Amino acid sequence: MTACGLAVLGVLVLIVYELVSGSGLSWHAFGFKFFAGSEWDPVNEHFGALPFIYGTLVSSLVALVIAVPLSVGVAVFTTEMCPRALRAPLSFFVELLAAIPSVIYGLWAMFVLVPLLSGHIQPFLAKTLGWTGLFEGPPYGIGMLAAGIILAIMIVPIISSITREVLSVVPQNQREGVLALGATRWEMIRLGVLRNARAGIVGGIILGLGRALGETMAVTMVIGNSPQISRSLFAPGYTLASVLANEFSEATGDVYRSSLIEIGLALFFVTIIVNALAQLLVWTVTRGQPARGNA
Amino acid sequence: MPELARSVSGKPAVQAISWRRRITDRVMTGVAVLTVVIVLVPLFAIFGYLLYRGLGSIDWAFLTQTPKPVGEVGGGMANAIAGSALILGIASIFGVPFGIGAGIYLAEFGRNRLGRVVRFTADVLNGVPSIVIGIVAFEIVVIYQKHFSALAGGVALAIMMVPTICRTTEEMLLLVPQALREAAYGLGIPRWRTTLSITLRTATSGIITGVMLAFARVAGETAPLLFTAFGNTFWSLRYDQPTAALPLQIYVYANSPYEDWHRQAWAGSLVLIILIVTAVAAVRYAVRRGSFGTA
Repeated sequence: MTACGLAVLGVLVLIVYELVSGSGLSWHAFGFKFFAGSEWDPVNEHFGALPFIYGTLVSSLVALVIAVPLSVGVAVFTTEMCPRALRAPLSFFVELLAAIPSVIYGLWAMFVLVPLLSGHIQPFLAKTLGWTGLFEGPPYGIGMLAAGIILAIMIVPIISSITREVLSVVPQNQREGVLALGATRWEMIRLGVLRNARAGIVGGIILGLGRALGETMAVTMVIGNSPQISRSLFAPGYTLASVLANEFSEATGDVYRSSLIEIGLALFFVTIIVNALAQLLVWTVTRGQPARGNA
Repeated sequence: MPELARSVSGKPAVQAISWRRRITDRVMTGVAVLTVVIVLVPLFAIFGYLLYRGLGSIDWAFLTQTPKPVGEVGGGMANAIAGSALILGIASIFGVPFGIGAGIYLAEFGRNRLGRVVRFTADVLNGVPSIVIGIVAFEIVVIYQKHFSALAGGVALAIMMVPTICRTTEEMLLLVPQALREAAYGLGIPRWRTTLSITLRTATSGIITGVMLAFARVAGETAPLLFTAFGNTFWSLRYDQPTAALPLQIYVYANSPYEDWHRQAWAGSLVLIILIVTAVAAVRYAVRRGSFGTA
């Protein structure tokens, strides 16, 4: 049994080893400039990962901006407001979203969301919010905005289930106490519940971010796959994960493949750091809170 | 809260809540309901569209034939369905024993520093993007074999199954009452025998549920298969050949410009979702009936 436990460790070591050794060639060729260069030219073997890093960050940020208020709202509604009978089916439905494979999200986004965006939502955004510079350019539908929206739908179940878990460990006395002071239900939620659960909710959000950063298929299908950096969310982009999906199996040349593996390594480290941070935050709340509540 | 202070000093103890606070309360309740609606809309839109496009597209040919050449109408995904089954089978052979073993280790022998490290590693592995795991499987299997294969796809999915199975197994084993173990020790049964015949057997149904959840999670995975199993338009049930898989086929068909392939992509998605949902539901049912339980 100990061997099996050690195997789990071994797998992680193996992943790190393979990624590091595989990316050595590209590391020697480009060094740190790899992450600052914005040229991606497989023919002349010039590789810089900046557009992919940018695309990954921006699409995930858009996703968070949309998903966070929605998931916290859903979690608050299911734990604090809704009738008991509705609670189980509601959480079931939201968790059902997590069971849909990523490629099906992508398919739906390609054929339903993108036409909707280009036909109705993007022209509207351009007209009303075009002055911000975020919503400029031709409304193709495909691009950062589409990727962000589909990512948002995918991470809502993660954030909301963690938030629900965190809210449910807030001691019941706390709620009763605030209500007894004459608070309305919303004041009770804001002062008594959300404030207590803050760290855990942030943990859930970061966990959702981790998922969004590494998400591949759905994003690849709608982001447009073009390595450019532009301010507008209507423009196509590219992410770390989707360049791997598109180019890894046809990467000719050792430096090309090695550069792609280095992208994988970067993705690996970023998601690990993000996840570890999230785990820590959730853990402090779900373990630490009841003890402090009783004191 | 000044109102409260005043109510203590002689004023009426119960005071009307000001209209502003009351309206804020109502508005926030409305906002919470709205978030739930916004989150549920895509869920129903996706399932509705899947049924609408998928049901009309599934026919006998789809389930029994291999893909027709590019541009020809008709054909099906029989090879992809079989290929998915093959890859998942390989993944389960590698992933399930290791996952359960590691879970047993954590629950029964992992109350020490090494256990904590393994537990943390499993959580970290859980968050590693699937495409990165694809790269690793490529490096350790495909490069060695010199071509894409079902085995490589299976290894990638197995790596993804281990952490999920490991943690659910641990949780399930920890639910087994300590008294049961002590009773076994009291009868003079050695520790390993207690673990296998008492603890494990009591927790069987929970562990199987965990395995099925891991299975459902990897069944829809596309990213790690892109450059491991690679896909195949012909029948192949050999472990060392490129193999078609349902999610891969959906991805390729969705990105194609052919209307008939789009139709088949929807049909494939519906089949995939049905397979995942029935697999999970069947096990839940069987577990509840107790036929897997304490045998």
